[in-house]
Formats: sequence, structure tokens, C-alpha cells
Amino acid sequence: MKRIFSILALLTAVLLSFALYEALVAAPTEQTMGNVQRIFYYHVPSAWTAFLLFFINFVCSIQYLVRPNPVGDKVTNWTVIAIGIAACIAAFVIRPLPQGMEPSSVATTGLAIAGLYFLIKKYFPRERVDALALVSAEVGVVFCTVVLVTGPLLARQVRGIWWTCDVRVTSTLVLWLIYISYLMLRRFSTSGQTPILAAALAIFGALDVPLVYFSIWIFRTQHPQPVIGGGGSIDPRMLRVLLINWLAFLCFAALVCWSRYRLEILQREVEETQALEALLEPRSSR
Amino acid sequence: MNFLYAAYTATWIIHITYLGILVRRYQRLSKEIAELKK
Repeated sequence: MKRIFSILALLTAVLLSFALYEALVAAPTEQTMGNVQRIFYYHVPSAWTAFLLFFINFVCSIQYLVRPNPVGDKVTNWTVIAIGIAACIAAFVIRPLPQGMEPSSVATTGLAIAGLYFLIKKYFPRERVDALALVSAEVGVVFCTVVLVTGPLLARQVRGIWWTCDVRVTSTLVLWLIYISYLMLRRFSTSGQTPILAAALAIFGALDVPLVYFSIWIFRTQHPQPVIGGGGSIDPRMLRVLLINWLAFLCFAALVCWSRYRLEILQREVEETQALEALLEPRSSR
Repeated sequence: MNFLYAAYTATWIIHITYLGILVRRYQRLSKEIAELKK
């Protein structure tokens, strides 16, 4: 296992270096914004990665809540299957789709939701799913922090302002705050009900993700229009660099999640052993 | 150009800080495991 991890870490490091080279050197310079536009190659992939991690947290939280109840579990399974099928049908039947939705992206998202749900269900038992929820939220917050730091730096140069109370910017900050409160709850609450409360909070928190994503179509915002889908356009060379950077950040996030997940499992085992020792100690001293 | 470097540096500072926190947690846990083994 250690060897596989080392090889993957090395490959990720190479990929991140290549992505950095592509972003700083190989990508063409944007005509109006100049070199500062290159911040976009870190800002956008970090946002996508954060959204994906929050989505994993959402799926894990639902599973943690419904799995003990066989009826709820079955209902959720069929709901997820229905979402996958409905998304595929909607992608090819509904015309025109709401702004921000492309037929291929709607079908892919529906299938990804179903696929991810059953993949997590197959490989993670209920207690482990809770650990995965915590890990994905924690790493997601790290990536969301990157988004909130790089965004103002880009905005200052392009629009002359650091921050604006714009729907997308504010909803991203709210998303970050929700997941910070989720992590604080997990860190400081000593109640046995903490995982359940945290799972409920995570489900409500995840509802902010679609709001962040679709806010630029629903509301008038100062945030630039998306470059992929929804009528945006991008130079194919820039798109290539953007996708390379996203792939690199996805690999990096997967590795960090893997390490953090193993650490969490180990920590829980140590806590269980300590609790068991504490229970056994008085008997042995009698 | 300064803003570009600032953004890239800030990104890696955030990631490295988080990795540092993970390493510290792991070291603390290793100590606890060693104490439990005693």
C-alpha cells in the first residue's frame, strides 16, 4: 500500500509541475487581462475540486443517515437510480434546457450522481462513510479557501475591486462558512449524536453548491460568465491547460483525502482502544 | 505579474500548511500508539 501511495504521489508531483509549467509558460496570454488571467488556471480547478468534495460529503452524509433504516435505504437507492435515468431522459428530451445546462453535462451529472452513490455504498461501510464525509469536507474547505484567496487577487487586477457583495462571491463565502461550522461541530462536540447532527448540517450545506454554480445565470452578477457551458467561450489551448490543471488538482486532492482518511481511521481505532483501556483499568486495579 | 505570483504562492502556502497540519496530527497519533503499546 505504501509503495502504491509513493508511486501515485510521485506521479501527482510530476503532473502538478507539468500543469504549473503549462499555466505559466505554455498557455497563451489573454489579450485584455494579460498575464494575471493565468490565476484562472488555479482558481477554477480549485472551485470544481471543492464542489466535487462537498458533493462526496453530501452523498456520504445521506448514506450515514439512511443506511440504518432498510426502508429509507431502499427509497434512497431507487431515488438515486431515478435521478440518473431522469437526467439522461431530460438531456435529450427537454428543449431548451435552462441556462447553464448542456445536454451532455446534464446526462453526465445524473450518471455521476448515481455512480458515485453506489460506488461509495459498495466500498465504505456505515462507520467508514462517516469518516469519508469528514475527510471530504476538510479537504473541500482547503480548496474552497484557495478559491476565496485567488478570486479577490484576480478581481483586483481585472475589475479594480477586491471584493463585492455579489451573489456568486457571497454564496461561495457562505458555503465556506457552512463547512467551517461543520468542521467545528465535528471537532468540538463531544456528544454521541455529533455524526448525525453533522450529517444533517452537511445536507443543508450542500444545497448551497448548486446556488453557487447557477447564481451567475439566475442573478445579475459581476462575476465573469462561465467558460464552459452556458454560452461562454474559451481558446482551445486555454481549455486544455485548464483541464490539465484540474486533473492535477484532482489527483492531489485524491492523495490528500487518502492520507487523511487513513489518519482518521487510525485515530478512531486509537480512541476506541483508549476507551476500552479506561473501562478495563478500574477492574484490574481492584 | 505580482498578483499572479501572489495567487500561485498563496495557493501552495494553503496546501502546504494543511499538509503540515496532517503531518503533525500523524506524529501525535504515533506517540499515542507508542504509549498504548507500552
